Amino acid sequence: MSKVRVAFFDFADCEGCQLQLTYLNEALLDVLKHCDIVNFREVMHERSDDYDVAIVEGSITRPYDVERIKKIRERAKILVAYGACAAIGGVNGIRRKYTIDEAKKIVYPDREFPIETGEVKAVDQVVKVDAYVHGCPTNNNEFAEVLKCLLLGVAYKVPTYAVCVECKLKENICLYEKGQVCMGPVTRAGCGAWCTSNGNTCYGCRGVLEDFNQQGQMDVLKKYGVTVNMLKDKFTLYNSCKMEEKNG
Amino acid sequence: MAEQVKKKDLNIFVEYLTRVEGHGHIKINMKDGKLEACYLNVIEAPRFFEAMVRGRSMFEVQHITSRICGICSTGHSLASIKATEDAIGFTPSVQTRKLRKLALHYETLDSHLLHVLFLVTPDVFGAESVFPMIQTHKDVILLALKMKKACSDLCDILMGRHTHPITLAVRGFTKIPGKKELEKSRELLGELEKDLAIVLGVVKLIKLPEFERETEYIALTHPDEYAFLDGNIASTDAKEIAPRDYLSFVHELNVEHSASKHSKNKRNSYMTGALARFNINHKKLPEKLLDIAKSLGLKAPCYNPFMNSIAQVIETAYCLYDAIEIIDGFLKNGIDQSEAVASWPSSLEKNKFTFKSGRGVGAVEVPRGILFHDYTVNAEGIIEKANCVIPTNQNLANIDMDLQKMVPEILHKTKEEITLQAEMLVRAYDPCISCSCHLLDVEFVD
Repeated sequence: MSKVRVAFFDFADCEGCQLQLTYLNEALLDVLKHCDIVNFREVMHERSDDYDVAIVEGSITRPYDVERIKKIRERAKILVAYGACAAIGGVNGIRRKYTIDEAKKIVYPDREFPIETGEVKAVDQVVKVDAYVHGCPTNNNEFAEVLKCLLLGVAYKVPTYAVCVECKLKENICLYEKGQVCMGPVTRAGCGAWCTSNGNTCYGCRGVLEDFNQQGQMDVLKKYGVTVNMLKDKFTLYNSCKMEEKNG
Repeated sequence: MAEQVKKKDLNIFVEYLTRVEGHGHIKINMKDGKLEACYLNVIEAPRFFEAMVRGRSMFEVQHITSRICGICSTGHSLASIKATEDAIGFTPSVQTRKLRKLALHYETLDSHLLHVLFLVTPDVFGAESVFPMIQTHKDVILLALKMKKACSDLCDILMGRHTHPITLAVRGFTKIPGKKELEKSRELLGELEKDLAIVLGVVKLIKLPEFERETEYIALTHPDEYAFLDGNIASTDAKEIAPRDYLSFVHELNVEHSASKHSKNKRNSYMTGALARFNINHKKLPEKLLDIAKSLGLKAPCYNPFMNSIAQVIETAYCLYDAIEIIDGFLKNGIDQSEAVASWPSSLEKNKFTFKSGRGVGAVEVPRGILFHDYTVNAEGIIEKANCVIPTNQNLANIDMDLQKMVPEILHKTKEEITLQAEMLVRAYDPCISCSCHLLDVEFVD
């Protein structure tokens, strides 16, 4: 069996998800036995345009990047949106509350040279995506699962239940009980309740579930005296790109 | 041997410089012996963080700004927290300060090891990247992966994870390690200490280009320690200043060929990072480390930017030994887990959290140099204004000026050798271009 040719690409992001790969330890070497990494600018000089799987990190912002991702889509048999910025737009989407001109004025009040940018988008708002690895950052256990599925030619199923399920299994005390506001009830699971198990709240980095339990969430808010507005800011942190999609 | 003829015309364009964090090109253009263009061209997509955090709560701003960079997210998180705490007049506990130092040490260890072992060594062993080295230098790669894994495990214990740490918060930590976790950390650090001896052996093989350009060096400085987390801002050109006055040293300017803003003080450029810290704070290093530095050819003041990688190795050792001391202190004197705080003051907290509004600055030494976060917080705890000045931006002007001095000095070399040395120079600064373009623009060279 010939090895699967894998290429990594990054767009507007922090490259933190790629960095997770350096923590795979010797498991990384096991993965390399089954695939050839042919393009990974952050760590290698060699590059090739001949690949089967494109793993794409980052949001799409500039016209130049739109063209670049379209070319990657044409070349790849399978395109993976890797990490929150690629999968749902992530924190980059917060910029959507400003027009491009407003944002430029805040950050570059006196720059006389042109700045090229455009509307922030998740990868699937520009080209078709075949598989998702959610999270900010991604976690290696899930990524290893996705890679295994890709190598076996089967689809990886992202959990369709909420982070709360995993949080309960970890036997954490509910954060609403502790007087906190948490995105756990509406956020896609798969992280193993990473943040809530470390004393923090869920920020919704894996994206809002397509059909979360709306009545259940309203009951939670009512019980703990949390207003919808208090939750709204939490929604815009990672999900701005996708919220506008939903709202038209 | 044929007499070497110096070139009059030279045209080098390195598209997408590899083995650096982020996107940049190197452009060198010489006509009739005159350098017409010679610079690092930054082409990262702008992200506009300063606009993004406006109007958001001071308790989540560190969560957002840590996303500026995946490699130094702990440093961003800490600079952000320090800026917020400075603005609202909050002083963290002694234990919190120790734990934060530990967090920063882990990140510096991890980042320096990544840079030296994965990104620099391929040049030394004549490889294109670490991947072919899996065949040719498997022992080095396995050691690097093992050490990276240890750093990752240490971060998991203290911060939940390394990239975008979970437990760091305004006021303290959301979770504090217990005795068992401290013992595990001590064990991991002990292993790293053994592995470091092997790394030093590998580093001895590194032969770096000889090149010097004296410049201004800027770093945090502290009377009692080799400064990373706290201190004043020191310069080799001027008297030290308080973090809040950073703008009197750091003058940001837009440059056409770079998406990232450049920085300068009185001269046209300055350097920040491991070499700057070493030049300014070397007297705070233990004798043992100064001896190792000397054996690797590093002695202050050092004006060879390639030696930044060696200064990183010395700092790796420093961070490791200091981390061991901090953990040993906790193991001996105990740790108070009840100090854990909520990331947002909860509605159930007995004493309602009060704070003052105003401006605050957090200055922290991250792997690539001095990092500033500067916030204005209003009476509702909302961020009204933010400014982040990133080490890589501060180094860009210095990189350009190094290139402009170095290229004419090595014209007797082949075009390939000049290209490699120019790439190595940029890589020596360990630039983090995503960071530098946390808000920037592009110029295309086609």
